[in-house]
Amino acid sequence: MVLKYRFEGYEIEVKDNEILLNLGPQHPSTHGLCRLVIKMEGEKVKEIIPVIGYLHRGVEKICENRSYIQIIPITDRMDYLSSMNNNFAYVLAVEELLGLKIPERAEYLRVIAAELNRIASHLLFIATFGMDIGSFTAFMYGFRDREMILDLLEEMAGARMLYNYMRIGGVKRDVGKEFFERCLKVLDKLEEKLKDYERFFLENELFINRTKGIGILKPEDAIKLGVTGPNLRASGVKYDIRRVDPYSIYDRFDFNVITDNGCDSYARFIVRLKEIKESMKIVRQAIRDIPEGDISARVPKVIRPPEGEVYSRVESPRGELGVYIYSDGKSDKPYRIKFRVPSFANLSAFPHFNKGIMLADLIVSFASIDIVLGDIDR
Amino acid sequence: MLNMISYELLLFVLAPILILVFLSLDVLFLTWLERKVIARIQLRYGPNRTGPFGLLQPLADALKLIQKEDIIPKTADKVVFTLAPIISFVAASLPFMFIPFSKFFQISFIENALIFLLATSALSAIGILLAAWGSNSKYPLLGGMRAIVQVLSYEIPLVLAVLSIVLIVGSFKLTDIVEFQEKNTWLILLQPLGFLIFFISGLAEASRVPFDLPESESELVAGFHTEYSGMKFALLLFAEYIHLILISILITIFYLGGWLIPGIYYLENIAITIGNSFNIPSHISISILHFIILIIKAHIIIFLILWITRGTLFRIRVYSLPVFSWKGLVPLSMINLIITAILVVM
Repeated sequence: MVLKYRFEGYEIEVKDNEILLNLGPQHPSTHGLCRLVIKMEGEKVKEIIPVIGYLHRGVEKICENRSYIQIIPITDRMDYLSSMNNNFAYVLAVEELLGLKIPERAEYLRVIAAELNRIASHLLFIATFGMDIGSFTAFMYGFRDREMILDLLEEMAGARMLYNYMRIGGVKRDVGKEFFERCLKVLDKLEEKLKDYERFFLENELFINRTKGIGILKPEDAIKLGVTGPNLRASGVKYDIRRVDPYSIYDRFDFNVITDNGCDSYARFIVRLKEIKESMKIVRQAIRDIPEGDISARVPKVIRPPEGEVYSRVESPRGELGVYIYSDGKSDKPYRIKFRVPSFANLSAFPHFNKGIMLADLIVSFASIDIVLGDIDR
Repeated sequence: MLNMISYELLLFVLAPILILVFLSLDVLFLTWLERKVIARIQLRYGPNRTGPFGLLQPLADALKLIQKEDIIPKTADKVVFTLAPIISFVAASLPFMFIPFSKFFQISFIENALIFLLATSALSAIGILLAAWGSNSKYPLLGGMRAIVQVLSYEIPLVLAVLSIVLIVGSFKLTDIVEFQEKNTWLILLQPLGFLIFFISGLAEASRVPFDLPESESELVAGFHTEYSGMKFALLLFAEYIHLILISILITIFYLGGWLIPGIYYLENIAITIGNSFNIPSHISISILHFIILIIKAHIIIFLILWITRGTLFRIRVYSLPVFSWKGLVPLSMINLIITAILVVM
């Protein structure tokens, strides 16, 4: 007997020896509100259909009714784990539209904020990845260390998650000298903690057994499917927007683009773990080089960019985050704004490289691509 | 004569009740211990609001579970769904019938206690399977299937490890095993490999991390007890913890000398003197002493299990679990058995 199910524009046929499993939207390891409909034979996954939209807030449409400055806090709420990077992408786009040159100190502060945010985001990835493999201890450790970074970001921006820190033409507020000292101290501490992580994860036979060779994403497939960020680099493709198309002042820093040829969940984990170290390097250099001066350029109270369109992109912790803005030149609101979010592309690639794996491996693979549903649904 | 009969009667009627009460209290204590130990490993405090050190937390939890509405899903098989927790619980507590808590305190003194013990302890998988099947839901089903795979994989090395002990001791009686260790030495020294195999298989039997596959929270939501709530859930939980107690007591009896500790004779003498002053027969006071020592030892094992595995390990990959058992543990325990047999014959 063949049963037919229809939902969300899909049609799925389920034979007698198969079952249709609804993973989510409420499920411990879907990280938010993602629903995966899985057709399985036994525990072998035959078909995966991601169903999204449970967190849809219409961000792009809301943005069309807000002035340029009011959009900054909205971008915070897309990928809530890397709000700084979202801010960054958006303000870069508007500044390009305006042809604005921003002060050096602001550039440095932005880079410090963005990189600290990247560290926090990757730490959270490590935490949740550990939890999905069955160790709640890893989860608690990851959160403990993320907290140190959040404290720093709180000092910078006044908020722990939704920073609303960057402004068109600069940043919201300056930080004192003590901040940098504290920041360096935290980084030193984190360096020690990272060794713990390496011991906890990489020297654990069970961890290696569960992640090695799981969810193999071949480099050519990854490029075809539009996967970016650590997921792409874990497939051995050396592609980092900070290097390929340096924005802001990223061309001044010395850091490595981490790649790994493993193409599996283990590689994706390693790449993120190593990227934390690279981000720390960047922050250290930025703190060393940061000049005194203004934190914001002179910007008119009401921003009315000239008619035109712009696409600017940054490397968010999850991949390429692009912002497209079209301004009609008359109003102080964007005519159309479009976000190209990394999580969306990564999730849409997910079903393609996970056909035929087992259910428990699917969870690991799903955790390893590190998606944020707020980002996907917008 | 009358004294003898009343003692037998006491044992027959009171002992099961006593053991059940003890098990229930111990389960409550263990839930607290587990939460506390793991909390300390995970940089948390654990329960610390109800009572001193949060000791009353399990009671509060139990009260909550009793108050809860007894939900039976519409599509569930009502009979099986209701029966499953009961079978689980009964099957988990049955093996305690054959466990000697002291030289004189055992509910059923039968010759082949060990065989019955292993047979009854494997029964609880039926309870899990029934719970999974009766829920008529997909996650429990997957969890139940995993539970069966686990039992099939780990029962055999467990039994083989025990068989080597039987070869050495030459008896299926658990009291004989302890007596053997009293005369010679603790069996962990004669059977280090066997101990390791038994420990690992025991973890799988009790479905503790890294073998918590039937539940595997992050994959199967809650595994076989996804659909359960209230007292039925509590019974399933009880069964699981009782299994943990059973395994740790078995480890103690088989490998760590049961109630034996260095200087046990002095303690026994002290117990007898204290007992005499209260007019308690000497075998009862010795029983109480043995019982306390055995339980403390078993709890040290439980603490180790919580500390080493639950705090620091990941869940094992389901699909490499049978492989690990059939290609690793079973041959190892076979080799162990053969070597033991050769040595015993020699």
